[in-house]
Amino acid sequence: MLEAQDLAARRGYSQLFTGLSFRVAAGEALVITGANGTGKTTLLRMLAGLSAPTEGIIRWEGRPVAPFDAGLRHALAFAGHSPSLKDELTAEENLTLLVELAGEPVERGAIHAALDAVALGRKRALPARVLSQGQRRRIGLARLRLLRRRLWILDEPVTALDAAGTSLLARLVAEHLDGGGVAVAATHAPLGLPEERVRALALA
Amino acid sequence: MHATGTEAVGVSASASEAVDRAAAGDAGGAILPAIRWSLVRDLRIALRSRAELGVQLLFYVIVVTLFPLATTPERNLLLTMGPGVLWVAALLASLLSLPRLFAGDYADGTLEQIALSPHPLPALVAGKILAHWLTTGLPVVVLAPLLGLQYGMPGDALLVLTVALLLGTPILSLLGAIGAALTLGLRAGGSLLALLVLPLYIPVLIFGAGSVDMWRAGLAVAGNFSLLGAGLLLAIVGAPFAAASAVRIAMD
Repeated sequence: MLEAQDLAARRGYSQLFTGLSFRVAAGEALVITGANGTGKTTLLRMLAGLSAPTEGIIRWEGRPVAPFDAGLRHALAFAGHSPSLKDELTAEENLTLLVELAGEPVERGAIHAALDAVALGRKRALPARVLSQGQRRRIGLARLRLLRRRLWILDEPVTALDAAGTSLLARLVAEHLDGGGVAVAATHAPLGLPEERVRALALA
Repeated sequence: MHATGTEAVGVSASASEAVDRAAAGDAGGAILPAIRWSLVRDLRIALRSRAELGVQLLFYVIVVTLFPLATTPERNLLLTMGPGVLWVAALLASLLSLPRLFAGDYADGTLEQIALSPHPLPALVAGKILAHWLTTGLPVVVLAPLLGLQYGMPGDALLVLTVALLLGTPILSLLGAIGAALTLGLRAGGSLLALLVLPLYIPVLIFGAGSVDMWRAGLAVAGNFSLLGAGLLLAIVGAPFAAASAVRIAMD
C-alpha cells in the first residue's frame, strides 16, 4: 500500500535521514519513534505529500506519488501538529467544515454522533477557543472517525489526550486497521496496538 | 469503516475510484462547491471577529480624514487631491488586511488541510480571496462616496470614483493574495508583503485615481474603466492559480 524507497531529507545544512526504505501493507501501522529533531514530522509531511523528499520515491498503491498528488489527496487523512481548528467557530462547525473540506458528505446526525463518541456532545455549540487542548484533540479524533480514508498520517496523536482519549484513539486506529486501512504515526507513547500489526521505525 | 471484501478487489476498486474522483476534481467538477466552502467559512469567521474588520475600516476613514486637516481646506486643492488620497487609503487598508488572508489558517494548521483537500486548491483560494474582498474591499467602496464629500467632490465625480474603486479593489485583493501566500512563514512577512505588493498596485492606482482626473478634464473615462476591467479579468484568471502555487510552496 504505502512504500518508501531510499528517502532522504535535508533541512538547511543538516541531514535528517538517508536511505530510508519501508513498506506498509493494508491493515498495518507504521509507528515512527525517535528523539526530537530526528525528522519524524519531516518524514510524515513527505508521506502526506506536503513536501518533496530530497531524494527517494514514495509509492501509494504501487504508484509513485509527487507532492499534492490528486489520488493520494483522496485517500489521505492527515492530522498534523495542531488540531486545525478555527477559534471563532464552534466545535460542531469546525468538524462539519473539516469533513466538507475532505470532500465527504456531511450529515448533521453523523456529526453529532461523532462528537458524542468523543465525549464532546454537550460542548458542540461552544467556540473552539474555550475548549481545552485535549478537547481540541478529540475533535480531531471525531474527524478521523467520520472520514472514510484508507491512509491515516498522525503526528503525535497522543499529545494532550487523557487516558480515556488515548484508549479511544487506540480503538479508532485498531478499527481502521481492521478495515484494511493503513496508519502512520509518529509518537512517543505506545498506541496499544497488537504487535503483529505494527511496524516500528526508529529514527536517529 | 472501509468497504470490505477481498483485499485485492478492495484495493483496486478504491484505487480506480480515487483516480476517477481525482480526474473529476481536476476537470473542474468540484470548483463551485470549493469556492463556496471557503467563501462561506471565511465570511462566517469574519463576522465572528467584526471588531478586527471595524478597525481596518476605521483606519481607512481616519487616513482619508487626516489629509484635509493636515493640508489646507482650500476647495480646489482638495478636489484635486481627493481621488488620489482615497485611492492611496484604499490601497493601505487593503495592505493592512492582507496578512490575515492566509496567516491565521497557516498558524492553526488549517492551511495544511486546505492544501491536502481533494477539492481544487485554486478554487478554495479563490473563495478566500472573494471573502477577503467582500469584507475589506467592498466596505471601502461603499464608504468612498461619503468620504469623497469631505473633499467637496460633486456627485458625478463621486460616481466615477466609486465605479473605479469597484473595479480596482478586487484587483488589489487578488494581487495581494499572491504576495500574502508568498510571504507565509517569513519573519518580516508583513513589511516584505508591502514591498512585494505595492509596486504591483501602481497600475491600478494610476488608472483608478486617474479616471476622476480625466472626468474633471472633460475626457471620456470609458478607456480607464476598460483597462481596469481588463486588469480585473486577468487577475481573476491568474491570481488564484499563482496564490495556490505559493500556498503549496509555503507548505514545504
